[in-house]
Amino acid sequence: MTDVTPSNAPGQHYPPGQHPDLPPPPGTVGFVGWLKTNLFSSIPNSILTILALYLLYSAIPPIFFWAFIDADFEGASRTDCASAGACWALIDVRFNQFLYGFYPPDELWRVYATALVLILAVLPVLFDNIPFRKLLFINTALLPITGFFLLSGTGSGQDALLQTVETPQWGGLLLTMVIGVTGIVASLPIGVALALGRRSNMPIVRAMCVTFIEFVRGVPLITILFMSSVMVPLFLPEGVNFDKLLRCLIGVSLFSAAYMAEVIRGGLQAIPKGQYEAAAAMGLGFWKMMYFIILPQALRIVIPGIVNTFIGLFKDTSLVLIIGLFDLLGIAKTVVTDANWIGLIHESYAFVAVIYWVFCFGMSRYSIWLEAKLHTGHKR
Amino acid sequence: MKLGKFLFAAAAVTALSTGASAGTLDDVKAKGFVQCGVTTGLAGFGAPNDQGQWAGFDVDFCRAMAAAIFGDAAKVKYTPTTSKERFTALQSGEIDVLARNTTWTFSRDVNLGFEFIGVNYYDGQGFMVRKSLGVTSAKELDGASVCIQTGTTTELNLADYFRSNGMSYESVVIETSAEGRGVYEEERCDVYTTDASGLAAQRSTMSDPSEHILLPEIISKEPLGPLVRHGDNQWGDIARWTLGAMIVAEELGVTSANADEMASTSKNPEILRLLGGEGDMGAQLGLPADWAKNIVKQVGNYGESFERNLGTTTPLALERGLNALWTDGGILYAPPMR
Repeated sequence: MTDVTPSNAPGQHYPPGQHPDLPPPPGTVGFVGWLKTNLFSSIPNSILTILALYLLYSAIPPIFFWAFIDADFEGASRTDCASAGACWALIDVRFNQFLYGFYPPDELWRVYATALVLILAVLPVLFDNIPFRKLLFINTALLPITGFFLLSGTGSGQDALLQTVETPQWGGLLLTMVIGVTGIVASLPIGVALALGRRSNMPIVRAMCVTFIEFVRGVPLITILFMSSVMVPLFLPEGVNFDKLLRCLIGVSLFSAAYMAEVIRGGLQAIPKGQYEAAAAMGLGFWKMMYFIILPQALRIVIPGIVNTFIGLFKDTSLVLIIGLFDLLGIAKTVVTDANWIGLIHESYAFVAVIYWVFCFGMSRYSIWLEAKLHTGHKR
Repeated sequence: MKLGKFLFAAAAVTALSTGASAGTLDDVKAKGFVQCGVTTGLAGFGAPNDQGQWAGFDVDFCRAMAAAIFGDAAKVKYTPTTSKERFTALQSGEIDVLARNTTWTFSRDVNLGFEFIGVNYYDGQGFMVRKSLGVTSAKELDGASVCIQTGTTTELNLADYFRSNGMSYESVVIETSAEGRGVYEEERCDVYTTDASGLAAQRSTMSDPSEHILLPEIISKEPLGPLVRHGDNQWGDIARWTLGAMIVAEELGVTSANADEMASTSKNPEILRLLGGEGDMGAQLGLPADWAKNIVKQVGNYGESFERNLGTTTPLALERGLNALWTDGGILYAPPMR
C-alpha cells in the first residue's frame, strides 16, 4: 500500500527517471488478478471455466455423498447396508481377500515377511545414499530365492519348515505384486540384452533378437497368457503340469522384455556416434564400453519410457483373470459374485482403483525425482 | 469365435493323440484330493465366501465327490476356470472333474470328448419385466425393447422365439450382466432376458426386487451339469452316482441330520442300500461302503444343497421349479439305486 504523500500526489512532477514505482493496476494482482489471467482471460476461456465449474459441481457432491455421507461402513452382508450410499462393509469383510487372495490366515506372516524383504531389496536399488547399501544389495540379489521360499513354502508334512501354499491360493494385491515385480525385474535385463542384440553386428544374434521382439510385440498379451494357459497343457503329456502362475510369469516377463528392448533401443540410438568412437579409442572393449559409457547415458534418457512400460505392465497384470488367476482386479470381480455381496461392483472397483492409483502414482513420482537427480545440464 | 473353434479342434485332436488314461480314481486316491474345476465366480453356484472358502451349488458337487472317495468333503482343491479355458483344463488332466454350470450339448459331449454325468440344474432362458408394465406372459411382449447380451445363444433363442410367435422386438445390446442391470434399471429397455437363474440373481440386487417379475415362459433348454473326460468309465460312474446319491437321498428323505439314524434304524431296503447297510455298491464303485452316507452327512442331499445355495432363504431366492423332484412336479430324476 502506498499512502498519498506530497511526493507522489497527482500532479506532482518529477525529474526524468526519478518517478517512484507505481502500484500495479488493480485487477492484475492477488486473487482477482490470478482469476483474470488464468481462468477468465478471454470469452471462450470464461465459458470453459464456467462449464468446468458446473461439471465439478454436478459430479463431486454426489460422489462425496455416495462415498462418505450416505455410506455404510459396517455389516455382514449387503442387506445390512440400508442407506443409499456405498456399502464399504464389503471391503471391511473382504479386506484380506483383496490383499492376499486365499492365502491361509495362519501363514499370513510370510506375506508380511516377504513384503519386508521386498522393501529392503528395493531400497538400495532406488536410493544411493542409504546406509548399509552394499549389505542390502546381497538381500536384493537373493530376493528371487527368499521370496519364492517364503511365499510358496519348503514342503508339506509335519517337519517342513514352511508349509507349502500352492499358487491357486495366492491372490489379490499379493498376486498383482508377484506378477508385476517379477515382470519388472526380469524385463529390464532381458530388454537390455535384446536391445543390444538388435543393434549388434552379428547377423544371427541380430536376427534372433529382431524375430523375438517383433513376434512378441505382434501379439496381444492376452493371447500370450491364453496360449500359456490353454495351448501349453495340450502339448505336455497328460498328468504333466507345470504351475499356471509360473507359465503366466514367463509369458508376462517375455512380453514386457520385448517392449523394454524397444524403449532401450531408443535410448541407444540417441547416443552420438562420437561416444562409441571415443570409448573405443580409449581401448575399452564392447562390454566395458556399454557398461561405463553407453548404457548409463542411454538409460537416463529413457527413464520416462521405462517407467511408462513398468506402469503399463503393473496394470496389465489384471489380464490374468482370463486364465483363472485372481489378481487384485480379479478378486474385485469375484467377491461381488457371492450371494451375500452380489452387485456391489462399484465399491469393489473404487477400492482397487485407489490401490492401483497409489502404486502407479508412486512409480511416476519416483521417475520424476530420478530424472531430476540425474539431470546433468543437458536437459532442455 | 474363430479362435475358440480352433482351440476346440486342437483340443479334440490332442485328445485323440494322448487319450484319457484310465485310473483317475487311483490317481486321485494317490494324491489325496479331488482337483475340481469351478467357475471364477457365479452367485449361488460357486464363489469364495467371506473366509475365502469356495462355496456354492456346483462346489457342493465337488465336495460330495471328495466325501464319497475320502470320507472327507474338505479334500478338494479348486481350480477356477473361465468359460474359455474350462474344457482344456479338463482335457489336459489339470482337473479331474468340471462342475461349472456347463450346458450339456451334443458337440461338447461328442466332439470335445467329454462325458456329462447328469444334470444338476435345469436352467432355461427367461424374461424379467417391471410389474408396472402389467405383462403376465411373454406372448404379450410384442414391440417391446429387450436388453440382451451380445454374442450369446440367448440372442438367437430370442430371435427364434419372437419370430415363431409372429412378434417384433427392439434389441438393446449390452456387454456384461452388470451393465445389463444398469440399463434395465434405468428403464432403457422393457424386458431383460438371460438364463432364469441369472435373472433371479440380478433381481436380488435391485433396489426393490418386488417391483420386478420373472415371466413364466422359459424359451430354451439349458441343462447344466458336471462333466468328466471320456475314456475312464469308473471315474465317470463315481461322478454320476455321486449326483445320483444326492438326488435319491432327497427322494428317500435322508438328510444330513438324520443319515446316521436312518442307517441304523431304517427298515427300507432302498435306504439301507444307499447308506451302505446292505449290498456292496461302494465296493462296485471302488469306494468305501459308506460313500453315500458320507455325501449326505457332510454335504447334504440335493434339496439341502439347493436350499443352502440357491433356495428361497438365500438372496437369490430361486424356486425349485423344474429342479423339483419328479414326485413333486419337477423333472429331477435319478435312476434307481439297486
